[in-house]
Amino acid sequence: MRPRVYWPVTLAAALLIGLLAYGLTTTGADTTLDTAVARGERVAPPSTAALPVLGRQGATGSLADHRGKVVLVNVWASWCPPCVEELPLVERTHKALTAKGGTVLGIDVKEHSGAGLEAVRKYRLSYPNLRDPDGAFVRDWGQTGYPETFVLDRKGRVAAVRRLPVTQAWLDRTLPPLLAETA
Amino acid sequence: MRGPALLALLLLLGALWAPAAQAAAPPRASLPDIEDEVMCLECGTQLNVSTSAVADSERRFISDLIAQGRTKAEIKAILVQEFGPDVLAQPRDEGFGLAGWLVPLLAVPAALALVLLLGRRWRARPVARGFGAGAPALSAGDARRLDDELDAFGR
Repeated sequence: MRPRVYWPVTLAAALLIGLLAYGLTTTGADTTLDTAVARGERVAPPSTAALPVLGRQGATGSLADHRGKVVLVNVWASWCPPCVEELPLVERTHKALTAKGGTVLGIDVKEHSGAGLEAVRKYRLSYPNLRDPDGAFVRDWGQTGYPETFVLDRKGRVAAVRRLPVTQAWLDRTLPPLLAETA
Repeated sequence: MRGPALLALLLLLGALWAPAAQAAAPPRASLPDIEDEVMCLECGTQLNVSTSAVADSERRFISDLIAQGRTKAEIKAILVQEFGPDVLAQPRDEGFGLAGWLVPLLAVPAALALVLLLGRRWRARPVARGFGAGAPALSAGDARRLDDELDAFGR
C-alpha cells in the first residue's frame, strides 16, 4: 500500500478514538451541584427554564414564580413506584410549608399530561406541578434517578439535594433552618 | 323497466366504490407498527425493545390513542406534542440532526461510485495468458546462460 493511503486511515482512526473519548467523558450525571451543596454552599439553580404547567394547556411556569419562598422541588412521575410512594408525604409537607412561607413545586418528568393529572387527582396533590416532557430540565440538575428533591432558599438558591426518596427526618432537618431565614 | 335498471346501475356503482373508498382510508394504527418508530424516553432505545416502567407507560398511552381511533400519523404528532421531537426514532430535520439524513444520502452514492471505480480498475488490469505471459523478455546474456544451464542439465 502506498504511504499516502495511510493518512486517511490514520485520521479516521484518530477521529473515532476522539469520539469514543468524548462519549466516555461526557456520559454520567453532572455532580457539580451535589459537590457544592455538600460543602455547605448555596448555588444558583442549574436551570431556571420555564416549563409547561401540568393541567393548564399553553401555560408555563418556572422557579422564578416562587421567589421569596422556600421551595421544595420534587421530581416525580406516576410510572415510578418510589415517587408515588412518597407523594403523600410531599403533600403533607406542602401543607406545612404553605403556612410558613414555602411551597412544594412538583416536576412531572417524561410522562403524558393525562397520566400526571390522574396521579394529581388520585393523591389529591394541592401543590403546583410543572411538566418536563423529555427530562431536559432535570438532566441539567444532574439527575441520577427518581425521585429526587431539591430545596431552594428564599433567595432562589439551591440549599439541599436529595437523590433518594425524602424522609420525614430529612425534611425536619432541612426545612426549619431555611424557613427561619429572611429573603 | 327503467327503474330496475337504474337501481342495478346504482348498486353496481356502490359495489365498485366501496372497496376503493376502503383502500383510500388510512389503515388502522397498531401498537407493533408504531413501537419501532418511537423511543423509550428513559432508556434511549426503541420502544419495541424496551421493558422499563417508562416504556410501559408510553405503550399504555399509545394503546389508549389507538383505542380512540387515532391514525398512526395523529398518534406520532400527539407524542411529539407531549414529549418533544426526540420521542420519535428518527433524526431531527434541523441542526446537527440533518446529518442523520444527509450522511446516508451522500454515503450511498459515494459507496456506489467507489465500487464502480474499483470495478473498472479491476477489469482494466493486465490479464495473464498462460505460463510466463507478461514476464519481461530475457536479455541476450540471460538467454545464453539459460541455454548453457539447460545443456549442462541435459548431459
